[in-house]
Amino acid sequence: MRVTVIDYKAGNLTSVLKALRHLGVDVTVTDADLAPIESAERIVLPGVGHFAATQRLDATGMTPAIRAAVQRGVPFLGICVGMQWLFAGSTEAPGHAGLGWFAEECTRFPEGGEKVPHVGWNSVTPKADSRLLAGVEPGEFVYFTHSYKAPVTADTAASTEYMQLFASVVERGNVMGVQFHPEKSSEAGLKILRNFLEIPR
Amino acid sequence: MITKRIIACLDVHAGRVVKGVQFVDLVDAGDPAELAARHAREGADEIVLLDITATHEGRRTLLDTVKRTAEELFVPFTVGGGIRTVEDAEQVFLAGADKVSINSAALKNPELISEIGKIFGSQAVVVAIDARRDKEAADPVCDAQVFVQGGRKPAGRRVVEWAREAEERGAGEILLTSMDSDGTRAGFDCELTAAVSRAVSIPVIASGGAGTVDHFADIFKRGKADAALAASIFHFGVSSARSLKEQLALSGISVRLSC
Repeated sequence: MRVTVIDYKAGNLTSVLKALRHLGVDVTVTDADLAPIESAERIVLPGVGHFAATQRLDATGMTPAIRAAVQRGVPFLGICVGMQWLFAGSTEAPGHAGLGWFAEECTRFPEGGEKVPHVGWNSVTPKADSRLLAGVEPGEFVYFTHSYKAPVTADTAASTEYMQLFASVVERGNVMGVQFHPEKSSEAGLKILRNFLEIPR
Repeated sequence: MITKRIIACLDVHAGRVVKGVQFVDLVDAGDPAELAARHAREGADEIVLLDITATHEGRRTLLDTVKRTAEELFVPFTVGGGIRTVEDAEQVFLAGADKVSINSAALKNPELISEIGKIFGSQAVVVAIDARRDKEAADPVCDAQVFVQGGRKPAGRRVVEWAREAEERGAGEILLTSMDSDGTRAGFDCELTAAVSRAVSIPVIASGGAGTVDHFADIFKRGKADAALAASIFHFGVSSARSLKEQLALSGISVRLSC
């Protein structure tokens, strides 16, 4: 299977690539070239850092190519900021639009409670019909590191609690996102990546 | 619920994990890749690899060691020791580390924190601080002295103000080692850790002094630590992270135990 990983030059892709290769797939990385997006069987958008970095997707013309691919039904997985980019935007970078597949906006955790960023292993409560989380038990732990989060909506496939409930997994049709790092979440994370690779087109 | 992290630390010299008291009388404790995998399998939430060699020759060995260790490791992996420039950090990231830990180099050139953070994200920058309580100071704990060069030289900084500066400059986490407790196995320095943890919003990893399960319960409750690091307690089969975490769960500490 050909998996295209999108590099928007914000951080280190090594761990994501390593996990995908561990699962036996053929990985192509693109940071501008549209051909690997056009021919992809799966697309993964990893991400760390600032929401504004995703503007590179617009600047390189990758955004319309990704939009066309997901409209063709190519399974898409956004990780961390890559998941947040699936929303309309984030208060981290006002005025910078995301893909808008999900209509809501991402916001920062409130001040004055627990520490921000939210760093460490926290549990997920999956919805029973989530394809991405098939076989993941309620209460399974995954590794998070983020300060901004997505709201819980009808498209939330799993929620997590940190001061308040937020969407730790989103899923609608072939478009999916995880706020945590499956590539760093031990067996549970590898299972989620494997599920993603096995979702039929 | 967010859990308290148990981090296994591997001190590496010339490609092997070593154990000694204050880096003296080093005993071979095994292969880094094998030990890291074992710790992860046995429930460690994270792995830290600290290079204690720091010679030019040793750096190449280190990158090879990092690569081998990262290959089959699917929990967060931090590498520290001898990282002085953005280029050093980049090499370690490319070899497979998720975070770098910087100590002396950050004190010498605090801009290094933001330089690495801008390229690789704040979550990838751990600022390690070695501190010793200062009995002469008005507040011996908050004004604990920060040391560099493996604890040999005072840096002229106080622990709380330096931790705050590190956070402002974009550190993602603080790895705080109490030099008073390190190597004693008599318990973490809860007061020192709590002082730093209250002063910053980023996670604080406590290090130095782990000897018993109660020490870990204490550093999470009284010490306000977000994570605790230990090396010797895990080596030579003394205890596994899982058995440690099972006992912590019984004392009401929230920890990750697989379903």
